[in-house]
Amino acid sequence: MMFQDFTMAHVYYMLNGLLWTIGLALIALTGGSIAGSVLALMAVSRNKLARRIAKLYIFVVQGTPLLVTLFIAYFGANYVGVDVPPLVAISIAFSFYAAAFLGEIWRGSINSVPMGQSEGSHALGLSRVDSMRFIIIPQAVKIATPPTVGFFVMLIKNTSLASVVSITELTRTSQIVSNATFKPLQVYLLAALFYFLVCFPLTIVSRRLEKRLHKS
Amino acid sequence: MTSSQQEATPIIRANKMNKFFGVFHALKDIDLTVARGETVVLCGPSGSGKSTLIRCLNALENHQKGELEVAGVQLTGKRREIDMVRRKTGMVFQSFNLFPHMTVLENCMIAQMRVKKTSKEDARKVAERFLARVHIPEQAGKYPAQLSGGQQQRVAIARALCMSPEVMLFDEPTSALDPEMVREVLETMVELAREGSTMICVTHEMNFARKVANKVVFMDQGSILEIAKPDDFFTNPQHERAKEFLAQILH
Ligand SMILES: Nc1ncnc2c1ncn2[C@@H]1O[C@H](COP(=O)(O)OP(=O)(O)OP(=O)(O)O)[C@@H](O)[C@H]1O
Ligand SMILES: [Mg+2]
Repeated sequence: MMFQDFTMAHVYYMLNGLLWTIGLALIALTGGSIAGSVLALMAVSRNKLARRIAKLYIFVVQGTPLLVTLFIAYFGANYVGVDVPPLVAISIAFSFYAAAFLGEIWRGSINSVPMGQSEGSHALGLSRVDSMRFIIIPQAVKIATPPTVGFFVMLIKNTSLASVVSITELTRTSQIVSNATFKPLQVYLLAALFYFLVCFPLTIVSRRLEKRLHKS
Repeated sequence: MTSSQQEATPIIRANKMNKFFGVFHALKDIDLTVARGETVVLCGPSGSGKSTLIRCLNALENHQKGELEVAGVQLTGKRREIDMVRRKTGMVFQSFNLFPHMTVLENCMIAQMRVKKTSKEDARKVAERFLARVHIPEQAGKYPAQLSGGQQQRVAIARALCMSPEVMLFDEPTSALDPEMVREVLETMVELAREGSTMICVTHEMNFARKVANKVVFMDQGSILEIAKPDDFFTNPQHERAKEFLAQILH
């Protein structure tokens, strides 16, 4: 058996995987952010049923290993008989996963705005919706920014789990290149560098925001 | 209702009002009438229910038994009544509760624009007028964190006044302040009282009570024990508990 040399073609192939990684993360972030904000609002609403549903959802999804969630989405889609491409099933699974974590982060942020703020706005006659919109949420956003960026970074790295169901994202393409070239160390070091180059700027942004938060 | 009739009806009318926190009986058979234009000082030992009572008056807490009418609205727990009462009352808190992400001016404008649907221009004018009235017109562009405690509390007073409330509620407005700032806030409150505002103040500032209160309400363990004119209350308190309380705070 002959091994290929580790060439630029392989690097391009891995870069292509990196694009999928970024795409997957973006889909999960978008879907997760939309569902996560609904969950957070449900979790702080006055409606007991809405609160229960949100808490149960967060509890169940946070309590399930991401890998298991991915398997369920991947095999579940086939099982039900709907012909969804694996990529779609996996994107949905990541969105569900992100929704639970973002929902929980944002619920906590809303709740950590001091009680006096909503009392102050209610005493002025502001409705609950206005109080949320103009007083509570703007303050919660500040509190939520560092942990949210932190979760984004984690999510980007966790997309590597999609490799086990053959999504050709960065980790999967690296495996393939590694098998073909038998240069696992070089290949995975390069993969690590790619992940780092995507995540590092986010970490920097997060640090900056955190500092600015401490000042104000 | 004609305006003279409205003048005549009391702003607050509580009749055998009771409030429970779970099984804890926080307010017991509260009877209290406050006329328009009056300044009432609420005092009593810690935990006696002063905050709870004043928070019932703008429905931040709801009572469970008895009647409570505020500014002509009977409070029975309905959303519409609560909204109406909150429009007609203003509240100043011990901890100011200013909105930290808004400038002083914005703090004073947001409720005017959202609740009263005042235009931005008019809201700004009203805000500037009341900031001048509490003697801090020059702070309008700053954020609350850039002001001293006394200035913050005066912003809170101006913010409430911008809504032209029929009654102002104060819950220990000077207790969180350094001594040198207490005076500036009290002076503002004295001016308000002298201009004829209706005010209910939880405070231990007995000089304030002497100067402007029409009556002093003494509470203990969730009950009103005594309602008297300030002079009578200070020179000749009727209840043993009131005597002890006065001895403590006047030393
Ligand atoms: N949300 C609540 N849940 C349960 N108990 C409460 C609640 N708020 C107040 N209480 C209780 O009700 C009683 C009256 O409290 P309140 O805050 O009205 O007293 P206060 O007279 O304002 O005292 P202070 O001078 O310390 O402010 C206290 O025993 C307090 O523990
Ligand atoms: Mg109190």
